[in-house]
Amino acid sequence: MSKKILIVDDEPNIVMSLEYTFKKHKYDVFIARDGSEAIAILKAEVPDIILLDIMMPKVDGYQTLQFVKANEAYKEVKVIFLTAKNKNSDIEKGLAMGVNAYVTKPFSVKKLVKKVDALIN
Amino acid sequence: MNSYSVISIIILYLLVLFGIAYWAERKAKKRWVNNAYVYTLSLAVYCSAWTYYGSVGIAARSGVSFLTTYLGPIIAAPLWIVVLKKVIRISKQHKISSIADFISLRYGNNRFLGGLVTVVCVIGILPYISLQLKAVSETFSILTSTPLTASTSSVFTDTTFYVAILLATFVAFFGTRTVDAARRRQGIIFSVAVESILKLVFFLAIGIYVTFYLFDGTSDIFNKISKTDNFESLISLTSIEAGINWYFMIALSFFAIFLLPRQFQVSVIENVTEKHLKKAIWLFPLYLLLFNIFVIFIAWGGRLSLGNTVNPDYFTLLLPLKEQNTVLATLVFLGGFSAVISMVVVSTLALSTMLSNNLIIPYGFLDKFSRSHPERIDYYIKNIRRIAIFSLIVGAYLFYINFNIQLSLFSIGLISFVVIAQLAPSFFIGLFWNRGSARAAKLSIISGSLITTYTLILPFVLDSIFDNATYIENGPFGFGLLRPYQLFGIDFLTPVTHAFFWSMFFNILVYLAISLASVGNYRERNYAEMFVHSNAHYLQENAFVWKGEAYVQDIRNMLYTFLGRRKTDHALHQFFNKYDIPLTTERADARLINFSEKLLTGSLGGASSRILIASVIQEQPVSLVEVLEILEENKKAISSNKTLTQKSKELTKLTEELKKANHQLQLQDKLKDEFLDTVAHELKTPITAIRATSEVLKDNEDMPDSLQQEFLSNILHDSKRLSKLINNILDLEKLASGREIFDKKEHNLQKTIDRAVKGILPIAKEKQVRIKVSKEINIIKSRYDEDRMLQVFTNILSNAIKFVEKEKGEISIRYKRGTNAVLIQIEDNGKGIPKEDVPHIFDKFYQSKNQNLQKPVGSGFGLAISKHIVENHKGKIWVDEEVITGARFNIKLPCK
Repeated sequence: MSKKILIVDDEPNIVMSLEYTFKKHKYDVFIARDGSEAIAILKAEVPDIILLDIMMPKVDGYQTLQFVKANEAYKEVKVIFLTAKNKNSDIEKGLAMGVNAYVTKPFSVKKLVKKVDALIN
Repeated sequence: MNSYSVISIIILYLLVLFGIAYWAERKAKKRWVNNAYVYTLSLAVYCSAWTYYGSVGIAARSGVSFLTTYLGPIIAAPLWIVVLKKVIRISKQHKISSIADFISLRYGNNRFLGGLVTVVCVIGILPYISLQLKAVSETFSILTSTPLTASTSSVFTDTTFYVAILLATFVAFFGTRTVDAARRRQGIIFSVAVESILKLVFFLAIGIYVTFYLFDGTSDIFNKISKTDNFESLISLTSIEAGINWYFMIALSFFAIFLLPRQFQVSVIENVTEKHLKKAIWLFPLYLLLFNIFVIFIAWGGRLSLGNTVNPDYFTLLLPLKEQNTVLATLVFLGGFSAVISMVVVSTLALSTMLSNNLIIPYGFLDKFSRSHPERIDYYIKNIRRIAIFSLIVGAYLFYINFNIQLSLFSIGLISFVVIAQLAPSFFIGLFWNRGSARAAKLSIISGSLITTYTLILPFVLDSIFDNATYIENGPFGFGLLRPYQLFGIDFLTPVTHAFFWSMFFNILVYLAISLASVGNYRERNYAEMFVHSNAHYLQENAFVWKGEAYVQDIRNMLYTFLGRRKTDHALHQFFNKYDIPLTTERADARLINFSEKLLTGSLGGASSRILIASVIQEQPVSLVEVLEILEENKKAISSNKTLTQKSKELTKLTEELKKANHQLQLQDKLKDEFLDTVAHELKTPITAIRATSEVLKDNEDMPDSLQQEFLSNILHDSKRLSKLINNILDLEKLASGREIFDKKEHNLQKTIDRAVKGILPIAKEKQVRIKVSKEINIIKSRYDEDRMLQVFTNILSNAIKFVEKEKGEISIRYKRGTNAVLIQIEDNGKGIPKEDVPHIFDKFYQSKNQNLQKPVGSGFGLAISKHIVENHKGKIWVDEEVITGARFNIKLPCK
């Protein structure tokens, strides 16, 4: 059974590249343009991993992560922050909230795929 | 005129004065009562009946020499800024209540000296007061055409006696309201000021009457008088000797303006603030000049109309009476009466304070006081002063009845001046020379007074009262060199200047010689330093040097006896607070002792308070050297303290400024950090997309062509976005730093707007948005950089297109012309700007807090750039908050 990945970002061009890549690596890809869309999807699906942007309109990455961590159903879900924020304080904040990895923009798609694979298996 | 009507006028007039004084006491804190004009007018208490009547007499008898009495004060006035200011400052510091207090304190709070000065003043002034009473009774008799009766019948039928008693009552009522004699008496001073106006006005009235009504102006009088005998001698100084006399007379009145007890009272004790001196130094001389304008013409007019048979002192009354003008004569009488009242009132007030504080209390009542209750003491002190007031006035009256009738106003006045002048060396030299000693002061005053008695008072009394002139002509026991009017053969001076010269000569000689020869004790040197260096801040309470043992409780108990518990506790509490001394302190220091002395000084006089304080403390003598050393140390300590305070203040200020600057920097730093953060974030987003997309393209050669094309156009789009962003950032920084140079020229605004609309039209058409531009027939011209202004309009228009709904969107542009500005309004019917965003939309990178919005398309720089551009053109850009639907942008630009 293929793994499910949820990509949450408000930049359509980034999302498009990631979607193409992960689909090619046999993932079931779900797309959300912000936190609220992500939460809506989460209610129907429990992905194996979430790629989560932080700076988004409406519900941002931190809030989405909170939702995930607060719910027992998503205990096994891994989360990677994808963000332009690269200050130590931001990284620490994310790690403290229980994020599994932190990838700063701009990133290498290949490395991201490897990281996702490693986290899941 | 009927004597009863004159008496009723007198009584009415006195009642009015009482009323005025009472009113002024009630308004004691108001500006009406405490201003420089009242102060200056109160100084005019100098112009007594002697001025009012006597000047005319002198002018008629001996010409312009009457002027000397006024030239002295006029010369003295500019010096007030230095001398009087210093005296006032010292007096306020030490709560001095009279000239006797002042001199005695200067010489170490010397009881004997205070008493001596008091005696000299009483001897000098009592006849002077009686002279005023004489003027009242003589003018009364002239006005009512009744013969002088005082010396022949009972005092109880003499109007003057009753006037004297009424005046005493007035002084007793308004002068002894508080025990503290250093306190001001607004009631008396204000009534004196009013009297000063009245006497001047009435005197000018009679002057104008005589000069322009009885005669045809000044030249008419001059022409007529110049034809009489002896005229030359009246208007000129005929010899060197006359010049010397003239000079001495000026010196005499120069001293008088400082030293007369009444002048000291009004100019020092009743002074509200040193600032009033500034006005007084020109206004008071002006007053004196006004007073003297008509003197000479009245005198000449009187000589011409009345001849040499009547007393020229009363020309001012006799001239209108001769013309049957009783109204004017009555006014003149009231003017003279005013002069009398103010002089008598202030003189008695000053003398009674001196008598009580410097003679009666320190020499007689201290023991009794120490055993009484505070309320009783207040009562005693007030009564002593009241008795002194009545005794002085009754004494003056008796003096007048017994001796004065034969004497002219002028001679008695001058004798008074010479007697008072004996205080001059101790007063003036002591003020500026710290070596002047107490013994020197005592002996100089005594010797000067003795010489005055010998050369002036004695012969004067023998000659005018006992008609015995042999002693004057031949000298005592026929010893010619000792003839009182030509002592040691000096025969060219008038008796007054002669006495003045010799008494001053010996007075100053004794003062200087003894001061130089003897070393004063430490206490007097201590006060000498405080007086001479009164301006120095280091010489206040700290300057009092004292050594020995004293307990706060003893001093407190003593103060209880004299001031009462409440007042004492209040005063001591303030003192302890001021110097930050713990309230539980047992030992008293020099400051407290000095402070306590000052507390008592106001009511008891300096000498008494020193004696009282000395009785409860164990003082050890201090050597003179120690005094000087301590003062020097004080000076250094305080000046270094001052420097320290100054430095620490500067430091605090600097720290404060640094903190501020630091805070500012931090804020700027933070803003810059945030800015860089945002810039980085904004730049990273398209870069991330470009990188990811390129990577995908590179790694997936098998990708279908259509998808490849899509990915490539995405890269193109993000690259464009990136370069636009970079351009905007650079643009904004250029604008914000002011490095951008605008190419401002005169343009047609409508044309520019049309160009902007044309430029944006393709996007508008795409979204089917309508743009309406209002018609404005008149051409609006304005100076601006057209490319930049196009940027502004395009930015706002494209924002509007972005935020309106497809197909329904409408944008309208309107102009509103003012006189030298034009308002351009660009309004749309889109979703509008959330209220909380309105204040921030012109900030760079501002992103709406309203999370319901999609992330705004664009850089977030457009409005920030627009704002910079508009403001650089001296314009304004803002959005209206009250618009319910859509957004309305306003741009105001200067135009022609």
